[in-house]
Amino acid sequence: MASENVMHANGHGAGAHADYLDSTKGLWSWLTTVDHKRIGLMYLWSVVFFMITGGLLALLIRLELLTPGPTIMDAELYNRAFTLHGAIMTFLVIIPGIPAALGNFILPLLLGAKDVAFPRLNLTSYYIYVVGALMALSTLILGGVDTGWTFYTPYSSTTGGGVSMMVLAAFVLGFSSIFTGVNFIATIHKMRAPGMGWFELPLFAWGMYATALIQILATPVLGITLLLLVMERVLSVGIFDPNLGGDPVLFQHFFWFYSHPAVYIMILPAMAIISEVIPVFSKKTIFGYKAIAFSSVAIALLGFLVWAHHMFTAGMSLFAGAIFSFITFFIAVPSAIKVFNWIATMWRGSISMKAPMIHAINFLLIFTIGGLTGLFLAALSTDVHLHDTYFVVAHFHYVMAGSNMIALLAGLHYWWPKMFGRMYNERMAAIAAALIFIGFNATFLPQFLMGSRGMPRRYYNYLEQFQELHVLSTIGSWILAFGLFMCLAVLLASLRGKKGVASNPWGGKTLEWEALSPPITHNFEDTPVLVHGPYDYRPQPVPVVVEREQGVTH
Amino acid sequence: MSQSTTVPSQDHHEHAHPPGLQHHFIDMRQQFEASKIGMWLFLVTEVLLFGGLFVGYGIMHSKHPEAFIAAHTHLDWRLGALNTIVLLVSSFTMVMGVWAAQTGQKKKLIGYLTTTFLLAGAFMVVKYIEYSHKFHEGLLPGKFYAHQGDTVPGQFMFFSFYFMMTGLHGIHVLLGMVAIAWLIWRAQKGHFSSQYYGPVDMVGLYWHLVDLIWIYLFPLMYLLT
Repeated sequence: MASENVMHANGHGAGAHADYLDSTKGLWSWLTTVDHKRIGLMYLWSVVFFMITGGLLALLIRLELLTPGPTIMDAELYNRAFTLHGAIMTFLVIIPGIPAALGNFILPLLLGAKDVAFPRLNLTSYYIYVVGALMALSTLILGGVDTGWTFYTPYSSTTGGGVSMMVLAAFVLGFSSIFTGVNFIATIHKMRAPGMGWFELPLFAWGMYATALIQILATPVLGITLLLLVMERVLSVGIFDPNLGGDPVLFQHFFWFYSHPAVYIMILPAMAIISEVIPVFSKKTIFGYKAIAFSSVAIALLGFLVWAHHMFTAGMSLFAGAIFSFITFFIAVPSAIKVFNWIATMWRGSISMKAPMIHAINFLLIFTIGGLTGLFLAALSTDVHLHDTYFVVAHFHYVMAGSNMIALLAGLHYWWPKMFGRMYNERMAAIAAALIFIGFNATFLPQFLMGSRGMPRRYYNYLEQFQELHVLSTIGSWILAFGLFMCLAVLLASLRGKKGVASNPWGGKTLEWEALSPPITHNFEDTPVLVHGPYDYRPQPVPVVVEREQGVTH
Repeated sequence: MSQSTTVPSQDHHEHAHPPGLQHHFIDMRQQFEASKIGMWLFLVTEVLLFGGLFVGYGIMHSKHPEAFIAAHTHLDWRLGALNTIVLLVSSFTMVMGVWAAQTGQKKKLIGYLTTTFLLAGAFMVVKYIEYSHKFHEGLLPGKFYAHQGDTVPGQFMFFSFYFMMTGLHGIHVLLGMVAIAWLIWRAQKGHFSSQYYGPVDMVGLYWHLVDLIWIYLFPLMYLLT
């Protein structure tokens, strides 16, 4: 490639043309960086740290549930453990995971831009995340939180401990999320490479766009809801506490008006990654580009109209329930459209089962199970039976935890050579992927069975008859943990090697593969100009390319 | 096989960066349009933030209409109206400020921004008078409500919302004053020109939103029937 050999003597200081990892040295240069790639990495390591923290809590929870009655902790501690697990995983891992870590790194590269539109806002968003994370962790000293991550009133407005601090932490983290969303929308609108129209955008960018829409439209409502909850605790303002004339169900409406769209903040970026990985490893043009792009936006918009399906049993008119149930069924359509398009993309492609592709196929299976079990919960009559059981726990772990995490791993393995310039051990990564898949299903499939037989969620104790399934689930959690640690070890081990991966090891067609691995601080030596679509795997007649190249460069 | 061709971008050859242009934008126009999108999105989040409070207010009002109507008589609509006029005039001076920036008139820009700043200060002074009167009467939010001689119970909830909503709005006015002071400082340093006036435009948009929210708050709180 010609551009790799071109050296520019002038520039923005010596660092601008060195690779972004080494362009400047020292911790301070990282802490004050405005480079989207470095900020993405700082997010990535923070997310990994909290994923381990939340994961260890999950292991403790599963260990406690190995036997009925007390196993390793008392009921109070158990309540605090699952609350902290939920809060950490939701607000510190899943929501920022793909957009803020991978999205930050990859999006500007995909667009052929030098950076996101507002680099300083980007760094601010990271520090707000750190402050919010510290606030969340400080609840450990303040006596813990035992409300569950949903903070339902009136319990949350009356119980002691660090509820106010945890709620404020979520409020602060919301700003971080909003800033990322604002940045991404402005970046996608205004920073695309010359020649890149909306339908030449890689689908990852469409997914990020839809995610950002939700981040911007839903997060402020959660923010004000959480502030109201704090006000209720501090001032007894009377809005949620029934003793003061307030309405506790109003909190649930407010809360889910954000938090249901928020589950699409968790799944849309996952889908965005899968849309990149599948065509590259099938060596085939994506099937139904526009259908995938528009279904992302459809999910983002419909996601705002389904929040009350969390409250079918909380006292709502049957008519309203029926409407929310219908819209909930309806939102499954765009998700299914995506799945069918991905499968159609793979059909008759030349599939190579590399680690990213294995994760992507695992995603397809896990997301399909998670999505279809959602329909049981969307139906009014079955939801009465399944509400607040392990069926719900299993369902949302399949869509939020499993799908999101496995897609994150797919993306991480896919872009790892780009991010660090090094390749990991393919074989070991594939084994880790298989272990994660087995472990995840062993953990959560039994929970569907338990839930349908009436095992309630969040209970410390349970009947003898559930023990076999609980044991199975706990053993599954160990396999899952082992798989994840192995995956991390394989990735980290690669960092000891020398940089030297080709700029395009997978044969991708999107612009990030035009940059060096790892990219220079300004991403591209020269502004890239698009000459073909992002998934153009048709054999290209060589003369045409040469002609165009000359036409543009001279 | 090359997948894309590249054109040498201009900034590698000529380093004529206009003042105020950040390195990652191609030109002033791209920078201005990007920040405009960013600002409008931020304003959307502000509307939704206040929207939650408005919805909560509306629901609680419909649950306790007598208490809300009785409680609102403690507010002085004349002070509210005065503040409405103050903010409307400040929005006008802000518009003139943006115009002065666009046409590169430094002196006028500083004059209009200073006027806007002073009007915002006047708004806060009136707010202070109102608040201290309420504090004195025991018209406080939630459990601190201590007003004597109420005939209708539950008025504390109105004042919960009154203080949360006008308080959050007041914080926005104060932040606006900080932003305007920053603009005045930059204008004096001669940062703005007809080529580069983005920050003035963005703060202007923010200021109009703060004004607009008050225009909704005023009838909602002061003019209940």
